[in-house]
Amino acid sequence: MKLRVNPILCDGYGHCAELLPELVELDEWGYPIMPREPVSRSLEPAVRHAVKMCPRLALSLEKRAR
Amino acid sequence: MSARLLAPIDTPLPRRRRAELLAEIEASGLTGRGGAAFPTALKLAAVARTRNAVVVANGTEGEPASWKDKVLLAENAHLVVDGAMVAARIVGARRIIFAVGRENRTVRKRLERALAGRSDGFDCFLEAVPDRFVAGEESALVNHLNGGPAKPTMQKPYERGVLVQNVETLANLGLIARYGAEWFRERGTADEPGTVLITVLGAVRSPGVAEVELGTPMRDVLQRFGGLSALPNAVLVGGYFGTWMRAHDALDLPLSDAALKPFGASLGARSIVVLPQDACGLAESARVARYLAEESAGQCGPCVFGLPAMADALETLDVDRLRRLAPQISGRGACAHPNGATRFVASAVDVFADEIVRHHAGRCTGSARSPVLPLGSSREWR
Ligand code: SF4
Ligand code: SF4
Repeated sequence: MKLRVNPILCDGYGHCAELLPELVELDEWGYPIMPREPVSRSLEPAVRHAVKMCPRLALSLEKRAR
Repeated sequence: MSARLLAPIDTPLPRRRRAELLAEIEASGLTGRGGAAFPTALKLAAVARTRNAVVVANGTEGEPASWKDKVLLAENAHLVVDGAMVAARIVGARRIIFAVGRENRTVRKRLERALAGRSDGFDCFLEAVPDRFVAGEESALVNHLNGGPAKPTMQKPYERGVLVQNVETLANLGLIARYGAEWFRERGTADEPGTVLITVLGAVRSPGVAEVELGTPMRDVLQRFGGLSALPNAVLVGGYFGTWMRAHDALDLPLSDAALKPFGASLGARSIVVLPQDACGLAESARVARYLAEESAGQCGPCVFGLPAMADALETLDVDRLRRLAPQISGRGACAHPNGATRFVASAVDVFADEIVRHHAGRCTGSARSPVLPLGSSREWR
């Protein structure tokens, strides 16, 4: 599973980086940089929580690599 | 057989079955002529599986360094209409929308005239689209046709039954439906068959558009445009999402993606600009970088903030800053705009490296009066 962001929806307030400090970094303008690697099983619950908490519903956990 | 892309044909389009047509396109190895070079048969097959298919003939060509679609539509609109009808037959569409840039009156008139004379059972519409760099991106174009701004979305039109196909690709469909895959493959290389329309600008005697076989040596391509008119400094291959190359590297290559690949380049928008020795590649690139920043659709943070930052850094020749910016920009937008802009700027820094050193020492060797690379000027999104 891969964590993705819809950059059109994302407002760059960086809530996801606070929830997932081990996975998500912010660029110099505050927009989240998604991890390249698939999300490990152990982190999946935390990632699902972050997906739910994104105020813009910009995050998704997707099955296939595009 | 001499019929080609820019030469009007008077034989009627043969009536052939859908499956037969699709098999012919597949055998031809035709790829998209809009820039992405995606296999046309695959896209046709994907849309053929959907319901209520629609065909969009994409003649918007928002790339200022490319004129080939406009020339094709002005010279041979009937062939584009033929191809759009072949595509519509294959995907089972009734509706065909011809999308062209708003500002080019000639193109619109020629297309209107070509459509007036025929219906062939299809509902054809002509739509004028804002002349913006990203307006021809598939999802942006469809968004505009649906009444929105000409800005990209996260949708993939072909998954929803909308076949967006570049007009040159369609013209090729019109030819392949007539003369067959084998005929098509007589030109070009085994891996990149056929001919392409190419725009050549800058230091050649007669800039413009010509049809050339893929695989033609670059020097011979330039001969089609009257040959070099000045000593070349560098060559921009593939338009503003493209790549600067050193003149001696580029001029010895054949015109093909395979040959360009080791240089990190591709034919892209099929535009070649020869920068003359007296032009400053850095000043030219900085103007284009600023233009690309202004052409951002303003939707994605890394594009909205990243592209102006990149244009600033190129203006001040801050190479370290450019290196730090690139990974924060490329691949982080909804469309390929930031990726293309980043590639363009990175190639400028690479090819004009000596020039950067000279500028830092307070010297610019450029003395040309007027800029070489053309820019667009539309400010509309709707
Ligand atoms: S929480 Fe959502 S909107 Fe906020 S920065 Fe992260 S992805 Fe963007
Ligand atoms: S990446 Fe840039 S041009 Fe593309 S949709 Fe986002 S803001 Fe618009």
